[in-house]
Amino acid sequence: MNHKIDARGLSCPQPVVLARNKMDEVTSGKIEVIVDNQAACDNVTRIAEKNGWAVTIADEGEDTILSLTK
Amino acid sequence: MVHFFATRKGIVFTGLIIGIFAALLQVLGNPANMGICVACFLRDITGALGLHRADVVQYLRPEICGFVIGALISALLAGEFRPRGGSSPLMRFMLGVFAMIGALVFLGCPWRAILRLAGGDLNAVIGLAGLTTGIYIGVQFIKSGYNLGRSQKTYTASGLILPGLAAVLFILLLVKPELKTGALFLSVKGPGAMAAPVFISLAAGLVIGMLAQKTRFCTMGSIRDVILVRDFHLFSGVLALFIGAVIINLALKQVHPGFAAQPVTHTDHLWNFLGMMLSGLAFALAGGCPGRQLFMSGEGDCDAAIFVFGMIFGAAIAHNFAAASSPKGVGQLGPLLVIIGLVFCLVIGFFMRKKL
Repeated sequence: MNHKIDARGLSCPQPVVLARNKMDEVTSGKIEVIVDNQAACDNVTRIAEKNGWAVTIADEGEDTILSLTK
Repeated sequence: MVHFFATRKGIVFTGLIIGIFAALLQVLGNPANMGICVACFLRDITGALGLHRADVVQYLRPEICGFVIGALISALLAGEFRPRGGSSPLMRFMLGVFAMIGALVFLGCPWRAILRLAGGDLNAVIGLAGLTTGIYIGVQFIKSGYNLGRSQKTYTASGLILPGLAAVLFILLLVKPELKTGALFLSVKGPGAMAAPVFISLAAGLVIGMLAQKTRFCTMGSIRDVILVRDFHLFSGVLALFIGAVIINLALKQVHPGFAAQPVTHTDHLWNFLGMMLSGLAFALAGGCPGRQLFMSGEGDCDAAIFVFGMIFGAAIAHNFAAASSPKGVGQLGPLLVIIGLVFCLVIGFFMRKKL
């Protein structure tokens, strides 16, 4: 099952907190995190990779979709 | 591809540059252990505009202008200039007010606390302990759902207001208008009269602004991330700032360990601790240290800009209402305003929760 987090309009640490909570909750699978600033993109990527999740990044207009899989 | 500035090396490089530049700016004229202090420098700007009357701390610090404009340039070059705002602006203003009051009771922002320690000022240890305590409390609120809500995209013109103001302030410094009112107010003695050459200060500010925008350098964030997610990325940058400043200070014999008679400080441990605790809590609730708020303002973040205006207002209150400390000790109303600030932050941390 895909989990989605809309972190647009949120500044750090909120995107990281939301992503981290979801990673703790589901422990494996696929999580999509939508962000709209580079800081959130960098921070979520770093925390996800540190926790053993693979991250792929795709731009969609002004937003960025981070796909976290484990 | 992970760009250099998002890596550990990138943040360490940025921290080192800030530490080295700050220590060198002291040699070139900035006050001792105050090569760069975002709170003090915003306070000096507040005074230069005549918004407070403490005539020893009035100067239009070019470093601050450089921070904002450097961040703007860097953001524009990378396509990261995103005008946005509307995330609890008035609350951010108030957090800026109390963050500044706390910093002026301690006599320094987190940047200066680190630089003070790098110069041997052991009172900074008390301040950093207070800062960490404040951030720890803020993290507990964040964990339990505190947030200021989402921002919205806004007009480019809005995002350019603070960078525009930074440019105007710098031009004012160059023109030095002499009005009948006494403006522009520039100190002739005290810390406000101690300054590195204008264009060197501006250049240092621009370089730091560009690097810090790219790396998201944040002193508050460095401690918050360690507590919140056990992430030492930003912390390594702040540690590098300290090491960079220590190396230059040792080389130039600018290290004088001790508590007493340190430059532009006092030794009231309780209020050093509580002042910085208030600042740390306010920065944590607002999502960035004063430097980071300036850099985000350069990226078009109007909420960060509002926080900066709050800090300017806080500096005016702190000095006009005898809350700011001086080397003689804590100001008359300093303790009262710190307690009011702590109560304010605890209340909003407790009540401003909503599911995102």
